[in-house]
Amino acid sequence: MQRRRDQASGAAPGGGAAEGGRRRLPAAVRAALAAGAALVAALTGTLAGASAEPGAAAAAGVGAGAGHGAQAAVVRHVGQRIGRRAGQPSAAPGRGPTLTVAVAQTVDSLSPFLAQRQISTEIHRLVYDFLTDYSAADSTPVPGLAASWRSSADKRVWTYTIRRGARWTDGRPVTAHDAAFTFRTMMTDPAAATANGSFVRDFASVSAPDDTTLVIRLKRPDASMLALDVPIVPEHVWRTVHDYADFNNDRVFPVVGDGPFVLARYRPGQDVLLTANPHYWRGAPHFGALLFRFYKDQDAAVEALRKGEVDFVGGLTPAQYASLRSAPGVTAHAAASKRFYALAANPGATAQDGRRFGDGNPALRDVRVRQALAWAVDRRMLAQKAAGGYAVPGAGYLPPRYAAYRWAPPAALAYRRDPARAAALLDAAGYRLGAGGLRRGPDGRVLTLRLLGRDTDPLDQRTGAYLAGWFQELGIRIQQRYVDPSELGSEEQRGDYDLALDGWTVDPDPDYVLSIQTCAARPAAPGGVGASDDYLCDPVFDRLYARQSAEYDPARRAALVRAAEQRLYQQAVIDVLYYPDILEAYRSDRISSIETQPLRGGNINGQDGYWSWWSAVPGPKALVSDAAATDGLPDVRGLAAVGAAAVLGAAAVAAAAVIRRRRADERE
Amino acid sequence: MTDDLRPGAHGTDEQRRGNLSRTSGQVPARRVRALAARLWRGLAGELVRRLAGAAVSLFAVCVTGFFLFRVLPGDPVRTMTRGAPLDGPALAQLRHQFGLDRPLPAQFGSYLARLAHGDLGLSYQYRQPVAELIAAHLWPTVLLVGTSTLIAAALGLRLGVRCGGRPGGLADRLHTGAALALWSVPTFWLGLLLIGALAVGVGPLPGLFPTGGMDSGTDWGPGAAGGFAGVLDTANHMVLPCATLVAVGYAQFLLVMRSSLVEERTAEHLLTARATGLTERQVLHRHAVPNALLPTVTLVCVNLGEVVAGSILVETVFSWPGLGSLFYEALRVPDLPLIQGLFLVFAASVILANLLADLAYPLLDPRVRRPARAEDAPAEVAPAEVAAAGGPGAAARVPELAGGTDR
Repeated sequence: MQRRRDQASGAAPGGGAAEGGRRRLPAAVRAALAAGAALVAALTGTLAGASAEPGAAAAAGVGAGAGHGAQAAVVRHVGQRIGRRAGQPSAAPGRGPTLTVAVAQTVDSLSPFLAQRQISTEIHRLVYDFLTDYSAADSTPVPGLAASWRSSADKRVWTYTIRRGARWTDGRPVTAHDAAFTFRTMMTDPAAATANGSFVRDFASVSAPDDTTLVIRLKRPDASMLALDVPIVPEHVWRTVHDYADFNNDRVFPVVGDGPFVLARYRPGQDVLLTANPHYWRGAPHFGALLFRFYKDQDAAVEALRKGEVDFVGGLTPAQYASLRSAPGVTAHAAASKRFYALAANPGATAQDGRRFGDGNPALRDVRVRQALAWAVDRRMLAQKAAGGYAVPGAGYLPPRYAAYRWAPPAALAYRRDPARAAALLDAAGYRLGAGGLRRGPDGRVLTLRLLGRDTDPLDQRTGAYLAGWFQELGIRIQQRYVDPSELGSEEQRGDYDLALDGWTVDPDPDYVLSIQTCAARPAAPGGVGASDDYLCDPVFDRLYARQSAEYDPARRAALVRAAEQRLYQQAVIDVLYYPDILEAYRSDRISSIETQPLRGGNINGQDGYWSWWSAVPGPKALVSDAAATDGLPDVRGLAAVGAAAVLGAAAVAAAAVIRRRRADERE
Repeated sequence: MTDDLRPGAHGTDEQRRGNLSRTSGQVPARRVRALAARLWRGLAGELVRRLAGAAVSLFAVCVTGFFLFRVLPGDPVRTMTRGAPLDGPALAQLRHQFGLDRPLPAQFGSYLARLAHGDLGLSYQYRQPVAELIAAHLWPTVLLVGTSTLIAAALGLRLGVRCGGRPGGLADRLHTGAALALWSVPTFWLGLLLIGALAVGVGPLPGLFPTGGMDSGTDWGPGAAGGFAGVLDTANHMVLPCATLVAVGYAQFLLVMRSSLVEERTAEHLLTARATGLTERQVLHRHAVPNALLPTVTLVCVNLGEVVAGSILVETVFSWPGLGSLFYEALRVPDLPLIQGLFLVFAASVILANLLADLAYPLLDPRVRRPARAEDAPAEVAPAEVAAAGGPGAAARVPELAGGTDR
């Protein structure tokens, strides 16, 4: 209404100027638009003749859809640049292609003396040589930095011969002195023993009589001397470190090492870049560089694999694995497990000083009750239903992947779903069925057990649901709780649990994973931190463990390990449910071949060695995209194109504002 | 404020004569200086008072943070080392290194002592000084969340003005509805949706943007372009996370602006403005919006204060290396020194932002400034000058002046 009144009262004072302005200003704006469009067209014309890339084709499609000439040209050019940046890694001439791996963990420390996380230890495997490696065929020890070795008759002196010709990346030779320095540092400096101190616990002294001989004297025989997972570091670089507790090996790049790759760049929270070491004694890798990119969300990593931004993703869930199996250009791959997934029962938590602690149900102290629980579980169904078929039904403590130590129970003793037998065992233990279908103990109370799992892993909840169902059929009341892993750890540490779902990754040498079931692994005092979270203390098992850790003959040691596994099986404190497969996927157009460990049906990521990344052969797409190297020019053009786009945008905005302002005056 | 500067104000006859006999140039200069002194005391006093309040808040945050996070379940040593081949003595050594085997008051004491020297401690899992870690992750967060906040604020304000200008209209309903819908969408889900649609591509449509990270990571070695190309690369990677944050965040600015504008439109002074012949649009933009801007300023300041805290969800989905995801990683262990340091930084940022908002308010709104003193009132000056002009005896004739008006 107001507006009409204004118009009726006559034109605004600026109306006259507006009349003329409408002719003048838009013309200037039009000129700017034309100039910008011409500039962009010239640039994109030259660029369209340049390398054809998938990004360009795609963006051209979008550009065409956008319509008008100048705008389409700008979009096309920007699309080309985006396609080049995002899709294919660039390589300078003379460099091999880059293999990009999506990882889910960030590096905690690059110092081999401090690092705890699996990603860090994997990187150390790639940049430092170890005394011995585990073969790709069957994870048995093979020569690494140590070309040969022998042990003395009294089993207490080990002599390693360091291979000749190995060099650090700064040109200095690798000698036995480096190895001696590494071990001695761990023995004398408590901060340096943070990560791998357990390997040197039994060392009495370490010496290097000459450049190629390393002599280690032990306090007692140790069968794991061919499984020293300790990266050997260069003495001439590390002897200048004064405080190992906060030196993270991330100040000077590239880091001096002697492995198949060189640590070239580390961006905390983003990525780690390794370049190939062309002088590695076993042979140089085929890829020129290895880039570990952190993807905090696994779904985003899977999308990146689909798109081609990464070449490998590990640790897939069954759903992700199933969806990637049908994706084009992607090879999905289920590998033999390194892990066992088990139900742990609280056998009455005690500390090394003998004191009992925690409120675990005393019923579980009776081995018959624990065995009854084991007889109620259908492991095959769990592997099928809870793990989606991507698991092997459980039996022995060590996964079947380690053929040397694999143990399967004899048919008569093997636990399977047998409710009658379970019920008989419970009756024998004094827990009889009463009113309401529930079992009551000698004290008249209903047998109630708490089942703890993690809320971060859907596998726990699915497995727990099945277990609770089976146990409740037996007449035991089950209270399921799924909590944060830290909380779970807290409750286990306090001993305030009855049943808990647990898992552990097993190394090729079973010493550590067996040691956590010994009496010595319990905390020193109630509530303290111990290596164990199962609180098993069985003298028979302890004796078997001690004997296997001093037995150097591989066959006899394997027999002792199997006997130890049998004892654990009978004690039923840790009931192995299944071994979950390792699910991985990689782009078959960028990786044409890659070695797994074991060679048949093994895994690629998280190997005990560097075989996968070292042996990977680039596929056709990796070689092609790296032929188109980036030079300095496109960036200048990019700058000009963006500048032109900015000019266009500014001109458009200015035009719009001017036109609106003129119209506003008219309205008045 | 001394009164001897005002001619004719109370004081001895001699003083008054002395005042009157001064050259006219000196009197205004002293007056200006006195005004400046008052302003300085006022503003500085204000600032000092507020800074002291902020310092007290910050100290309270330190203490609370220390004890609060000790309540978190989980033993840091155990969580950190799970799966690694550590035996009993190694675990005990780690506990000793972290100071976890000492009683709580002793730990608190050494924490305060270190804090006094500006040392935030060493992170348990990263073995780096906490201050260094935070500094390394600060810029990505500020870049992403700061940019998103500014864009969301600008967008929300612009749309809020449009909605508030014509409440109930079609544009209003559309914009408000869309904003609320996006506000209620889970951030994580929207992020994944954008990745699936725009980064990977749907059907024939190709993926235009990267799926995550801050840059492509492949720019290295002798052929590295660096510089402007790196900036473009980062901007390219920032599009999707920024879009996610703006989409879920602009509603608050829109709604606040809209509601304060709707309230403002019924104000009386706008009636006057309309009566002077301004168009509705000019009334809206020149008179209504500036007044309606005040609550929005507070909102923007509060949001800027929270920029440093980052957005854990967006940083996780897009693998953006910021403080939000650092905080999440620290909580999982729990990495106590890192958590305490981050908590301090977040709280300091919010306190600082609120401080700035408090200080900015008087600048924006004259009504909020300290209420006028009696000396400021022009009415009092006039009679005094009249009295001065009237001669030395004026004070006697005008007893109120003789009584003095100082405070």
